[in-house]
Amino acid sequence: MMSDNGNQAMVEITNLKKYFPVTQGLLRRVVGNVRAVDDVTLQIIKGETLGLVGESGCGKSTLGRTILNLHKPTSGTVLFEGTDLSGLSGHDLRSMRARMQIIFQDPYSSLNPRMTVNAIVGEPFIIHKIARGTELDQRVAQLLERVGLNPLLGTRYPHEFSGGQRQRIGIARALALNPSFIVADEPISALDVSIQAQVVNLLEDLQDEFDLTYLFITHDLSMVRYICDRVAVMYLGKIVELGSIEDIYDNPQHPYTQALLSAVPVPDPIVEDQRQRIILEGDLPSPADPPTGCNFNTRCPIAFDRCFEEEPQLKDLLPRHDIACFAAEERLQV
Amino acid sequence: MPPKILELVNLVTRFHTDDGTVHAVNGVSYDLHEGETIGIVGESGCGKSVHALSIMRLIPTPPGEIAGGEILYQGTDLLKISEDEMRKIRGGEIAIIFQDPMTSLNPVMTIGKQITEALNLHMDMHGEQARERAAEMLDLVGIPQASDRLNSYPHEFSGGMRQRAMIAMALSCAPSILIADEPTTALDVTIQAQILDLVGRLRERLGMAIIWITHDLGIMAGLAERLMVMYAGFIVERASKHRVFADPRHPYTLGLLNSLPRVDKRESGSRLIPIVGRPPDLTMLPKGCPFYVRCPFSIEKCVAENPPLLEIAPGHEIACWVDVHEAATHEVLG
Ligand SMILES: Nc1ncnc2c1ncn2[C@@H]1O[C@H](COP(=O)(O)OP(=O)(O)OP(=O)(O)O)[C@@H](O)[C@H]1O
Ligand SMILES: Nc1ncnc2c1ncn2[C@@H]1O[C@H](COP(=O)(O)OP(=O)(O)OP(=O)(O)O)[C@@H](O)[C@H]1O
Ligand SMILES: [Mg+2]
Ligand SMILES: [Mg+2]
Repeated sequence: MMSDNGNQAMVEITNLKKYFPVTQGLLRRVVGNVRAVDDVTLQIIKGETLGLVGESGCGKSTLGRTILNLHKPTSGTVLFEGTDLSGLSGHDLRSMRARMQIIFQDPYSSLNPRMTVNAIVGEPFIIHKIARGTELDQRVAQLLERVGLNPLLGTRYPHEFSGGQRQRIGIARALALNPSFIVADEPISALDVSIQAQVVNLLEDLQDEFDLTYLFITHDLSMVRYICDRVAVMYLGKIVELGSIEDIYDNPQHPYTQALLSAVPVPDPIVEDQRQRIILEGDLPSPADPPTGCNFNTRCPIAFDRCFEEEPQLKDLLPRHDIACFAAEERLQV
Repeated sequence: MPPKILELVNLVTRFHTDDGTVHAVNGVSYDLHEGETIGIVGESGCGKSVHALSIMRLIPTPPGEIAGGEILYQGTDLLKISEDEMRKIRGGEIAIIFQDPMTSLNPVMTIGKQITEALNLHMDMHGEQARERAAEMLDLVGIPQASDRLNSYPHEFSGGMRQRAMIAMALSCAPSILIADEPTTALDVTIQAQILDLVGRLRERLGMAIIWITHDLGIMAGLAERLMVMYAGFIVERASKHRVFADPRHPYTLGLLNSLPRVDKRESGSRLIPIVGRPPDLTMLPKGCPFYVRCPFSIEKCVAENPPLLEIAPGHEIACWVDVHEAATHEVLG
């Protein structure tokens, strides 16, 4: 939910880039770069759920991890409540880190299979020397209870739980240190539909209760409409459109956003019969060798001369609704 | 209605494992008519793939076993013919495509060679004639420069192109039935839209019947004519797709539809309604209805006796003792 007094930024991302080197041969000579995150400027507002959507490989996870400083940025800055994490070390870094957490897609591989649930959820308390002994046990039991797991099951191992339950264990662990910001990287993608709704409702309740800010990474555009306040659409390392849920879903301006939304099937045959689908040609180009000009020009149905020569910048062409597209600029300005 | 091409009668498939007998498919019966598209939906592990592999006689034995039933293809029971005869049916008369194209594509053989081999075996087509036909198929599924691409290996294709190549291979021998086991689940929505569009056009042109398996009700809203909902190895609801979406009568179908967000609308303040709990362990199926523990409408009879699939209106069948309409009215009246 957006705060009433407008733009209180929790996270401020400025010109952020994350390139991965592409190497070749025995000497691992660097022959190029994968531009996984390519000049992203974005604010995440306190208390909101910002959705980050886009196709596989467009850089969503890399952006999420670079924001948390789990990847060192190639250039650019990330301020967390005004503080640049890259300038911190030791105790300051640890206590800052505790306030930002990540929940992963795969509840199977993100939990240590040799640790009991109690040990997994209790580990952050021990690392940060916050609780031990009976107090630790109590805190862990409270957390398990809060995410809807029976604390008596805490002595069991992850493989004894279903996907949805494992995701709850991951959420309990992420909540341990009272974070204020959580990057949820495809938290429901591995779950069955009937279980997805359970986890999404839990995330929403926890947000209200603990005043959390979420960056919700997903390729499920229906769920984004349901759970997010604003959404950023990413294509080949760049944000191409950013706005409120209403603006993006009811009035998308970037041809990629339009195609993406039209491609999502709707569980209603009457709607499906009447829908006009924009079918994009071809595949995502390689992020190691992006097209010159606008990234999207190889698949764009409305690209014109300028799109092959110049790169469009993300601009607020509509109130609080940013678009990086020359065609949209011509349409919306003047 | 066009004649029946496939008839499943009480198909039962099990796996004998160290943890007990997995009751994967528990008496599935249905008819498929020439040129018809039916959809099978259900959560992970409900027996969709095992049912499909049973039709193809591709169940690994042991541990698997087709323990009962008949699979009548144009009147002949596929469970009674020799492996040699089955090999001619497989790929020739009935083709299957999978979620992971690499399960059907050979990584060390060119795409062209793989398609021409199938043509040799099933269509008695050889040499230049087979190559021409293979190129024609690649062109048909929208792979550019098709005749050059015959010399490519699967790894030289993108995910979407591999899926297309697999479809080309499956359709090259003009099968009368195509079984599609979640072929778009691993793809991005824009690529999924390309594939669905392609299959829709090929169906019109080639006239094959399709059994489309998915967990995504949205896809079914567009593609299918009739829909079957599976749960724990049973068909629990079956009707035309319009009826299933407009008037779902099995509590499980109702639950699935309630737990789905939609990309095309969002009622403000609404919450997703999850289905509580999770599917039963197929090694320990309850005596009564398999959905009983998760069902908000259950009555005493549900514990004791598993309801058979019965017609409640012309062409609409459910396996449930309760009339959800009546139950809902009771609830409202207190
Ligand atoms: N550690 C790494 N080393 C090299 N390249 C990487 C690394 N991590 C990611 N990449 C590359 O960066 C690009 C963006 O990857 P990323 O995982 O961020 O995409 P994503 O949008 O999260 O995709 P998905 O939806 O599949 O999770 C991809 O081309 C990927 O191959
Ligand atoms: N080779 C096997 N050995 C033992 N059990 C198996 C085997 N193959 C499938 N099963 C079991 O049979 C049941 C049905 O599996 P199936 O693959 O048909 O599910 P599904 O509906 O296709 O699910 P998904 O949506 O995940 O693909 C599952 O419980 C599965 O674990
Ligand atoms: Mg990712
Ligand atoms: Mg399957």
